Amino acid sequence: MGQVSNERLLEQTETVKEMIQTCIQCGTCTASCPNNEFMDITPRHMWRLLLTDHADAVFSSKSFIMCSSCYYCTLRCPRGLELTHAMSLLKQAASKLKLKQFQRSSLFYEAFLDSVKKHGRVREMEFMTNYFISMKNPVIPFAYASLGLKLMAKGKVRPEFPFGGKGKLTALFKKVAELEG
Amino acid sequence: MKYLYYPGCSLEGTSAEYDISTKVLLESVDIQLTDIEDWSCCGATAAESQSHLLSYVLPARNLALAEKMNSSNQILVPCSACYLNLKKVEEAIKKDKDLLGKINTVLAEEDLVLKGDMIVRHLLDVLSKDVDIEEIKEISHNKMAGFTIAPYYGCQCLRPFTVFDDPEEPHSMDELIRATGAELFEWDMGGQCCGASNTSTKPEAGMALVGKILKAAKGADAILTVCPMCQMNLESSQKKISHKEGIDLEIPVLFLPQFLGLAMGKTQNDVRLDLNLSNAGKLMKARV
Repeated sequence: MGQVSNERLLEQTETVKEMIQTCIQCGTCTASCPNNEFMDITPRHMWRLLLTDHADAVFSSKSFIMCSSCYYCTLRCPRGLELTHAMSLLKQAASKLKLKQFQRSSLFYEAFLDSVKKHGRVREMEFMTNYFISMKNPVIPFAYASLGLKLMAKGKVRPEFPFGGKGKLTALFKKVAELEG
Repeated sequence: MKYLYYPGCSLEGTSAEYDISTKVLLESVDIQLTDIEDWSCCGATAAESQSHLLSYVLPARNLALAEKMNSSNQILVPCSACYLNLKKVEEAIKKDKDLLGKINTVLAEEDLVLKGDMIVRHLLDVLSKDVDIEEIKEISHNKMAGFTIAPYYGCQCLRPFTVFDDPEEPHSMDELIRATGAELFEWDMGGQCCGASNTSTKPEAGMALVGKILKAAKGADAILTVCPMCQMNLESSQKKISHKEGIDLEIPVLFLPQFLGLAMGKTQNDVRLDLNLSNAGKLMKARV
C-alpha cells in the first residue's frame, strides 16, 4: 500500500469485514454491478480479500470507488448482505486515511459537504469552485466548463464568491465529529 | 390530499423545472404541498462516503422539522437520492433505537427532536398510487397519442427500499404514460444505473453507462425520468456521446411531471421545457 500499513487499513475495515462474514463467494454482486468492467478486481474478489485480511490489496485497487450506489448487489445478494453500504464504508475509510489515489472522489465529497455545512443547502457553483481549488489541477475544470456554461445560460447556477461567515449547520457537523471521534 | 414537501437542493437550481412541473401537475389533481420549513440538504451520496452518522443526521434534521409542523405525516419527495436518504432514516430508527438516540444527541444542538412519525413517499409512489388515473385519462383526452415513451426509473427510487414498485422490472410509470394516450417503449433499461456522480468523478465509467441507456432508447420519442441526477446525466452529454459512438443519440428527456403536465393541457412554459438541457421542445413541435 505504501502510504499506510496493512494493520492500520485492517483497523479501518473491521466493520466491513464483520458485515460480510457470511459471504459465500457466489459472485452475484459482480455479475450485477454496472461498473464491473471498470474495476481492476471484482466485488466478489474484494470481499474475499477483506475476509482474508488483505486490506492493502483492496486499497491498492480502485474498485470500491467505482460504486455508483445502484443497490443491485444489495438487492440480489442471496445472503442479504448490505454490500452497497459496505462499499460506502470503504469510501469513508479512504477519505479518513486521506489516501492519494482516491483523492478526486474524496475531495469532491468534501467540497460538497463543506457547502452544505455553510449554507444548509448545496450551492453548486461554490462547491465546484472549491473542488477545483482543492484538486490543484488546472486541467480538470475544463472538463466541466461546457456543462457549467450550459447551466449558467439557463440561469440554473450563478457564479458565487466563496462564503466566509458562520455556517448554518456547523453545530451539527461539530457534534457528529465529536461523537465519531 | 395534503403532503409535506421536501424539494431538495437540485430542485432549487439545476432541476428547477422538476420543482415547477411537480407543483403545476399536483395542483391540477388537487394535491396540496407545504414546504418543510427551513429544510436542509439530505447529504446526497457525499455524506455516506464521508461519515456514517452524518449520513443519518442530515436527513433526520428534515424529518424532525417535518414532525414539528404538526401537519401531514407524509413527506413527498421528487428527488430519488433525497428520497432514499430520508427513507433510510425512517426505516433505520424503527429498529435501531441506539442510532435514534445518537441522532437526537446531535439534533439537540438545534433543539430538534426526532420521534419517527413521518412516512417518506417518492413522487412516483404518490402519482402511481394516490392519484386517480381516470382523472388523468379524462383531462388528457389522448393528447399524447402517437408518441412512444421510454420510462426511466434509475436506481434509488426502486432500491434498496422496495416500497411501490418491482426493483428488477419496474412498471409504475406504465399506466401513467398510457393514460395520456402515448405508447410504452418496451426496453429493459428502466431500472439500470445512469452512473450517478461517476459522470463527474470518473467520467469514462459514468459516460459508458449513459451511452448504454441512450442507445437502448433509440426508437423512442422521449425518455421520462423521476430523478434530477438521472435527468442531468441523460441530458447533458448527448452530443459528446453521439460523437464518440458515431451515431445520433440525441433524444428529448423530460421529467415525468413535465410530460403529464403537457398531456393535461399545461403549456410548455408552464412546465418550463425551456430549462431542459436536451431538446425537449422538439417532442411537442410535431403537435403545433
